[in-house]
Amino acid sequence: MKEFEVLGNKDTRSGFGEGLAELGRNNPDVVALCADLTGSLKMDTFKTENPERFFQVGIAEANMMGLAAGMTIGKKIPFTGTFANFSTGRVYDQIRQSIAYSHKNVKICASHAGLTLGEDGATHQILEDIGMMKMLPNMTVIVPADFNQTKQATIAIAEHEGPVYLRFGRPVMPIFIKPDAKFEIGKADVLKEGKDVTIIACGHLVWKSVEAMKILEEQGVSVELINMHTIKPLDEEAILKSVGKTGCVVTAEEHMINGGLGDSVAQVLARNYPLPQEYVGVNDTFGESGDPMELMTKYGIDTPNIVEAALKVIKRKA
Amino acid sequence: LYFDTMKIEPENFSMDGIGEDLFFLSNGHISPVWYSILARRGYFPVSELATFRKLSSRLQGHPSVDKHLPGVRMASGSLGQGLSVAIGAALTKKINKDASYVYSLHGDGELQEGQIWEAAMYAAANGVDNIIATIDYNGRQIDGDVDDVLSLGNLNQKWQAFGWIVLEMDGHNFIDMHNTILKAHSLTNEGKPVVIIMKTEMGHGVDYMMGSHKWHGVAPNAEQLEKALAQLPETLGDY
Repeated sequence: MKEFEVLGNKDTRSGFGEGLAELGRNNPDVVALCADLTGSLKMDTFKTENPERFFQVGIAEANMMGLAAGMTIGKKIPFTGTFANFSTGRVYDQIRQSIAYSHKNVKICASHAGLTLGEDGATHQILEDIGMMKMLPNMTVIVPADFNQTKQATIAIAEHEGPVYLRFGRPVMPIFIKPDAKFEIGKADVLKEGKDVTIIACGHLVWKSVEAMKILEEQGVSVELINMHTIKPLDEEAILKSVGKTGCVVTAEEHMINGGLGDSVAQVLARNYPLPQEYVGVNDTFGESGDPMELMTKYGIDTPNIVEAALKVIKRKA
Repeated sequence: LYFDTMKIEPENFSMDGIGEDLFFLSNGHISPVWYSILARRGYFPVSELATFRKLSSRLQGHPSVDKHLPGVRMASGSLGQGLSVAIGAALTKKINKDASYVYSLHGDGELQEGQIWEAAMYAAANGVDNIIATIDYNGRQIDGDVDDVLSLGNLNQKWQAFGWIVLEMDGHNFIDMHNTILKAHSLTNEGKPVVIIMKTEMGHGVDYMMGSHKWHGVAPNAEQLEKALAQLPETLGDY
């Protein structure tokens, strides 16, 4: 499985920081706002290199979203940075009215999403954000898989006209997407073709799915693996093409089962091609403090859970 | 503002408004007042006012960008958001070295929203001095007098404490308004944001509406409308 060679280990938030720094050098319209988490979001390089285009707003996320919406009037492209919880739930109405409904070209960049924020606990571990953001008309929702893809996605969304929610995280994880890979919003990456089961994953769960795939293939199961980095607009064609071959699906995400990637995939299947689906995600519960990887195990979003779901869904076929 | 002060291009409306003064209505529920001004200033035909709140109209109950009504750059209705937006637009004007101004209008009840004070703190701390915010201080909101619902305390001192230059004016006296806005202009570009507290009377000029909060969210019936219009010599019958 040479194509999944580990190229290094880094956090996805650092991919955002590098992408934003590159945008700062190449696109004079990009401005960045941060709510007292510059270091955590890896926005320091942009700030140092472009002090006149960096806006420290303090611990006032609602104001940050409004400022960002206003800054688009006059052709600036604002990137807001704070934790995923404070990027969504705390400011949902501001995003809804001032950004999504008002068609404002704001890029909401959200770090420390999901359980892998770790020790800070459930107050900060948002697991509902994908659902909230994908329900908003006009909003594009992107959850890149690793450091390289987060960097590519950060650069790509500056070229996209319209509001975007970009979700990434804190833990150091393997890098397996090539640095020169093409990133296209709304176009799924088929990482491996197979015939027995389709695994559709996003974010940190893509690597977990790569690990699960190795185990499954050793057991003689042929896996098709899709990195669904764009939750909205969803690449329905890629899903239907894949399940047409495999006949069953496992979805895997660091998010509530309710309202996440799995729900979006299920809608596509229900409307077009009803087939067995198993969900790997957090099942209607808040998280807790702990080591990120131990939390993934405890809350059922780890490699063995994907293996188990794949074997189960294959049995449900026919 | 629209007929005397702002540099605007109503016939050539652009979302970005580069080189133009910008106005943001934060208390979106007074949309009929705003639409009436926008139409008469040439943003869209006065006849379109008759479509207000009707299906498929560009004149939504609360202002919307979604329907592409010229003159509107931001949706408002959910309160407390417009000051942040106006300050954001003012920041972009500074980056673009655009010397024009940003104006905003807020309700008094709206100042109960916390985001207003986040924005107020930000603008003063960062010397956003190309904005003039105005407050319609009529002292009434849906459930009663502002003082009874949630008192704003000493509003003038509150804004001063947040670092703003504070002016007051009579919102029914055009000479006072003209002079106060000129004064506000003279105080811009000196490192501080400016706010004008505008004393007004809800239902001004209509005897049965004045002195009460009950018309805040209620439209008059046909008979009441006729009675009200008869009391207002400046009423425009052009739509």
